[in-house]
Amino acid sequence: MQADVQETGHEEPTRRDFLYIATGAMGAVGVGGLAWPFIAQMNPDASALALSTSEVDIGSMQPGDQVSVMWRGKPVFIRYRTEEEIAEAEAVEVDELPDQSARLDVDPAALATNEARSVAENPALILMLGVCTHLGCIPLSEAGDFGGWFCPCHGSHYDTAGRIRRGPAPENLPIPVYEFISETTIRIG
Amino acid sequence: MAGPSTYVPKSGIERWLDARLPIVRMMHGQFIEFPIPRNLNYMYTFGGILMIMLVSQIITGIVLVMHYTPHADMAFNSVEHIMRDVNYGWLLRYMHAVGASMFFIAVYLHIFRGLYYGSYKEPREVLWILGVVIFLLMMATAFMGYVLVWGQMSFWGATVITNFFSVFPIVGDTLVQWLWGGFAVDNPTLNRFFSLHYLLPFMIFGVVILHVWALHVTGQTNPTGIEVKQKSDTVPFTPYATVKDLFAMIVFFVLFAYFLFFLPNYLGHADNYIEANPLVTPAHIVPEWYFLPFYAILRAVPSALGGVLLMFGAIAVLFFLPWLDTSKVKSGSFRSVWFKGAFWAFAINAVWLGWLGSKPAEGWYIPAMQLGTAYYFAYFLIILPLLGLFETPKPLPNSITEAVLKKSGQDVASGGGQPAGATAAPETKG
Repeated sequence: MQADVQETGHEEPTRRDFLYIATGAMGAVGVGGLAWPFIAQMNPDASALALSTSEVDIGSMQPGDQVSVMWRGKPVFIRYRTEEEIAEAEAVEVDELPDQSARLDVDPAALATNEARSVAENPALILMLGVCTHLGCIPLSEAGDFGGWFCPCHGSHYDTAGRIRRGPAPENLPIPVYEFISETTIRIG
Repeated sequence: MAGPSTYVPKSGIERWLDARLPIVRMMHGQFIEFPIPRNLNYMYTFGGILMIMLVSQIITGIVLVMHYTPHADMAFNSVEHIMRDVNYGWLLRYMHAVGASMFFIAVYLHIFRGLYYGSYKEPREVLWILGVVIFLLMMATAFMGYVLVWGQMSFWGATVITNFFSVFPIVGDTLVQWLWGGFAVDNPTLNRFFSLHYLLPFMIFGVVILHVWALHVTGQTNPTGIEVKQKSDTVPFTPYATVKDLFAMIVFFVLFAYFLFFLPNYLGHADNYIEANPLVTPAHIVPEWYFLPFYAILRAVPSALGGVLLMFGAIAVLFFLPWLDTSKVKSGSFRSVWFKGAFWAFAINAVWLGWLGSKPAEGWYIPAMQLGTAYYFAYFLIILPLLGLFETPKPLPNSITEAVLKKSGQDVASGGGQPAGATAAPETKG
């Protein structure tokens, strides 16, 4: 082997080089394969995934009422908005908004109009995740400069359609997938 | 640094061990005869204080684990059980909780000592970087330990801090769910934080060994910033450093004991005595005091990603400090009045940012946070790189011995040959 290199004057890859690389590559695959279970064990487990739907009865809600439902460890706000709140939400043009996406899990392309974000079956209702899109605090309702929600942690103001209007939060409050399974019962997730 | 070992095994057992594992010889070389600069002041005692605080945290922590239950339903009650039922549980828990604050007081003074006396400069860059690594590990450990109490501040602090990772584009949400082990901070999160909170102090201990190793290769800096040149510049570690460090520890423990016995909850938050509730966010989420300057930096800009990057950047910039400061003069004492002004402004600004960090992000606090953040970064990225090029430092003494003797009014010729620093004007020492 040594003699070959000297004769030709430059180093041709040899069978031994190939063996080194192939062994090293095999070793890397092995280390990666062994590491994966140790990384993946930290992902949400089967019991966490099993709690992925929640049901709520909204039959008794009146204008001005709000309920919080736990879904996957986080609160979902359902608000029966008053006439004024709906009017305020309608009065805003989409191009005035910092985040123009409606943030619907069912339709990522939808624009953030009040109509798109309201519950289709009863547009006075709005259902959304009650978790600030900044760093995950729970916004307070009927607070802030836009009459909707206000996050006390870092000062994000949301309007009556849950859209971010001012503050550090980058996105509107997201609207998860949900459906009416009866006249008055909603299943989230 | 140390010359040939002067260790002489006294007994047969010591000779037997010395031929097989010369650990006593090593300890003798590193902590008894090891030469230290003769002019170290009390700002140089925080290394020893930090070592004893780490040991204290590990011992109290191991004992607390014997009574604590890492489960979302039981953690909060088990902490109250420690406080009320366990023998001396109140003392052990307060030692651990107040001890964390004391640990950070000491580490911040230790870091500012390094910043003033230029301890990060050549040839101590690796020593400095290891120190920043320890600081990072300390912050992670303290954060996860605070979550274990499972009070309202624990829960919401954990929510806010883990959400830092959600601002990264594309991978953010997956990453945060991986950290949580679910879709919110919950029992899996508590369990893994408990596991890591137990692990990290031992990792800190490992890096501390590397830190001390690096220190004993280059030797310590000193208030003049000039390197040791001759034997008369040094005194042996024992008794000089040992006794001085011990005295400083006792004084530090008086402060520790004052907080421990009279104000154990002064540095904490009342909200953390309410059990974690995922449906209610406290009106005002504030981290523990030692994170407040970084919390102010986080909230200075109105963008989530920008804030998080600035906050991580505030620590990351420390890694590059040895190459950002262009001045060849180490000690701030021999640098221009511009350096001193900029340094003390930086120190005051850090405290100011800490105060702002405890305030809500509204009104005039926001521009004040922005100004403070701008100065924090300007100090490292503009002032230190440029100042070294333009300022005129004061003339440096020829040696540590000369500096010490000049200060105590003796001339070099008569006192310079004395190896022991304490013989030079002992009445002015300490």
